[in-house]
Amino acid sequence: MGTRQLELEVMRYDPEKDEAPHFQTYSVPCNEDWVILDAINYVKDNIDTTLAYRWSCHMMVCGSCGMMVNGEPVLTCKTFVRDLPDKVRIEPLENFPIERDLVVVLDDVMQKLHQVQPYIVRKDDPPEDAEYKQTRGQLMKFKQLTMCINCMCCYAACPQYGLNKDFIGPAALALAHRYNLDNRDQGKSDRLDILADHNGVWECSFVGACSEVCPKHVDPAAAIQQMKVDGAVEFWKQRLGIPGDKS
Amino acid sequence: MSRRPYVREMSKTTWYMRNGRYRVYVLRELSSFLVAFYTFLVIYALSVLAAGSAVQWNSFLASQQGVGMIIFHGLALLYFLFYQTFPWFKLAPKAMPIQVGENKVADSKIIGAHYVAWIVVTAFIFWLAGVI
Repeated sequence: MGTRQLELEVMRYDPEKDEAPHFQTYSVPCNEDWVILDAINYVKDNIDTTLAYRWSCHMMVCGSCGMMVNGEPVLTCKTFVRDLPDKVRIEPLENFPIERDLVVVLDDVMQKLHQVQPYIVRKDDPPEDAEYKQTRGQLMKFKQLTMCINCMCCYAACPQYGLNKDFIGPAALALAHRYNLDNRDQGKSDRLDILADHNGVWECSFVGACSEVCPKHVDPAAAIQQMKVDGAVEFWKQRLGIPGDKS
Repeated sequence: MSRRPYVREMSKTTWYMRNGRYRVYVLRELSSFLVAFYTFLVIYALSVLAAGSAVQWNSFLASQQGVGMIIFHGLALLYFLFYQTFPWFKLAPKAMPIQVGENKVADSKIIGAHYVAWIVVTAFIFWLAGVI
């Protein structure tokens, strides 16, 4: 297995010492089959133990290791060294405050995820001694949207969120759509106020960057456009006195 | 230890220069100026027509047939095709996915239907205008 020397330009920020972030360069001997997370782990283990970053599973499941690699928001456990040039710039996810080094503050999006009620809401009592039923066809309507791992790469790619932090943003809106499409859910009308607000779906101008960077192919941009179509249809149904969608 | 998160503001004036994806988006959005131009052009044409003067109407038609205007209309058409028509048709299956039974209708079929509808509508307008 060949090794390759990689120059890692890593953004550093120590809230106790630094006024602003700066770059520090590390020279890392990488195996060709390494991902960027391996190179960062090498720095932590062998060169500089003070480097702070998040990671856990190393297999595209936990969503912790999202970072900007050469300006693109990616999961570093999915980004292979062999696909990158010899000089690689690593920064914390864009559009989020930096807590320390490559660690960002996620409080805002956590609150937004909570806001859209990402769980099954029922208005009636659950069926006795039985599950809520769902056919495969009903599941296929939203299955793609369940793949989100909350890595927040979509928020780092979204210029609307970058410019307006009140925008609910791609992952939370996609999650809301996932529950709206679920036949077991009756909370669509509860979510409407948040989604139809001017910081909801209408703040999205369909740049589409969120879907392009999504490592799990969730396609939040598509979900948001579908909600716009859905919202417009519901609006006219209400105006024309036609009974609305479920709940 | 106290927290002191560092906030990086996105520039409100130069954010779209950050990457190619944003630049393509802004080029798409800039086509709205052409939409505005053609809206005013149609309103102006109607007002000239409503005034009922054949001289004025013919002079308006002549102004649109100069080499400069024909080049402008040609470039505007290309701009619309590459930054509106083709991208939006490509995105149509995302905004309007169709599921039949358990399976989603293939993107290519939804996109193809848009092109067919586009050709039919264009042909109808050409027929209405006496071009074909």
